[in-house]
Amino acid sequence: MMLILKNLFYFLIFPGLLFLTIAGCLLHFIDRKITALVQSRIGPPWYQGFADFFKLLYKETLVPKNANTFLFFLAPLISFSGTLLASIILLNILFGFYQSFIGDVIVIIYLLIFPSLGIILAGSASSNPIASVGASRESKLMLGYELCLLISFAIVILKNNSLFINSIISNQPVIYSVSGLIAFLTSILCIHAKLGFVPFDIAEAETELIAGPFIEYSGPPLALFYLSKFILFLFLPIFLVTMFWYSANIIFFILKFLIIITIMILIKNTNPRLRIDQAVKFFWIKLFVLNVISLILALIGKYYNILWL
Amino acid sequence: MSLLKWCFKKSLWVFHFAASPCNNCDIEILDLLTPRWDIERFGMKLVGSPRHADVLLLTGSINKKIAPKVKEVYEQTAKPCIVAALGSCGCSMGIFDTEVNYNRAGPADNVIPIDIYIPGCPPKPEAMIMALVKAINKL
Repeated sequence: MMLILKNLFYFLIFPGLLFLTIAGCLLHFIDRKITALVQSRIGPPWYQGFADFFKLLYKETLVPKNANTFLFFLAPLISFSGTLLASIILLNILFGFYQSFIGDVIVIIYLLIFPSLGIILAGSASSNPIASVGASRESKLMLGYELCLLISFAIVILKNNSLFINSIISNQPVIYSVSGLIAFLTSILCIHAKLGFVPFDIAEAETELIAGPFIEYSGPPLALFYLSKFILFLFLPIFLVTMFWYSANIIFFILKFLIIITIMILIKNTNPRLRIDQAVKFFWIKLFVLNVISLILALIGKYYNILWL
Repeated sequence: MSLLKWCFKKSLWVFHFAASPCNNCDIEILDLLTPRWDIERFGMKLVGSPRHADVLLLTGSINKKIAPKVKEVYEQTAKPCIVAALGSCGCSMGIFDTEVNYNRAGPADNVIPIDIYIPGCPPKPEAMIMALVKAINKL
């Protein structure tokens, strides 16, 4: 009985749902506040993320006439549950509530595909031409960034010689080597695309596609999409810090997390949107080649036992 | 329920519907997003889809061709929502009087129920902010 209560606490309250919701909404505020400061505005008050989320719960849910109702409601659930599971697994391991298990990195990488999958499903199920254009763009973008992201994580796994998060965080951080640094920088751009931030917000392009796959959503399903986006924005930088730049001291950990967040928000505010072909070319021709070179460097470093490569 | 209502007040997302305006009011709306007035302080932002919207902002004198579309967009908006008529045209037809103009469907409240009227040609950004704040307080 106590065990069940303890597990429920871990999943629903502390590193689980409640904590992630609160932290994600606060992070959304930080995002919008920094954006406002860059544009020399004042920006929203601190409770903005909470207000947006709970307001959407209060609104009416509308379903388009020709939509596939089952898939229409399944899509936000898939997106939300994938994000939530991945972040609960990672945070429980980081806080030491659960033991690391074999291949937990791979499980998390798999679960990270769910949010994008949910977006594609949402776009295809809502029977709106604009939404289906958004869905097709999202799937093309996914083909672009997933490969680079996987190779960056492969470099981490190769350098640590392990698939456990526990042993990755107990080794020397990967970022203090040439290949690790390149992989870290490219993976920041990849998670930028995964979150749909501005140079890569091709799928939901506000000025051309209105809201892309989310155009027909209203009320609680939209709130779930927003919440999964907030949590993803919290979780992906934490995952990067864990994989590349871990430090056991919680203050340094948060500082590193904030550095990544600030870099991402500044990239978001200083770049115009790319076209879909430009984005895929950027990922496949530039970042992919860079990542393969750093993978080769990592292999050479491993073979000759040179630590800084 | 009162908490949810408070959240609704603090995060109004505005959908701007141009129902045959002269674009004067539309340009004034964009002023609200600039650093000088910064409507995001009140948690408001412009959204592109009426499904996401809490405020339906109508500009322009509504002509007979656009009137059915106005109704359609009003039905597509997720309730509860506030409907605001911006500019003299939407409030009272302004210079486009129905007796002179054969192609106008009358003021905006002939077509859909309106909650706030913001007169002016165009209204000042301060007037728009004041109207929205008044509407929030009435909720």
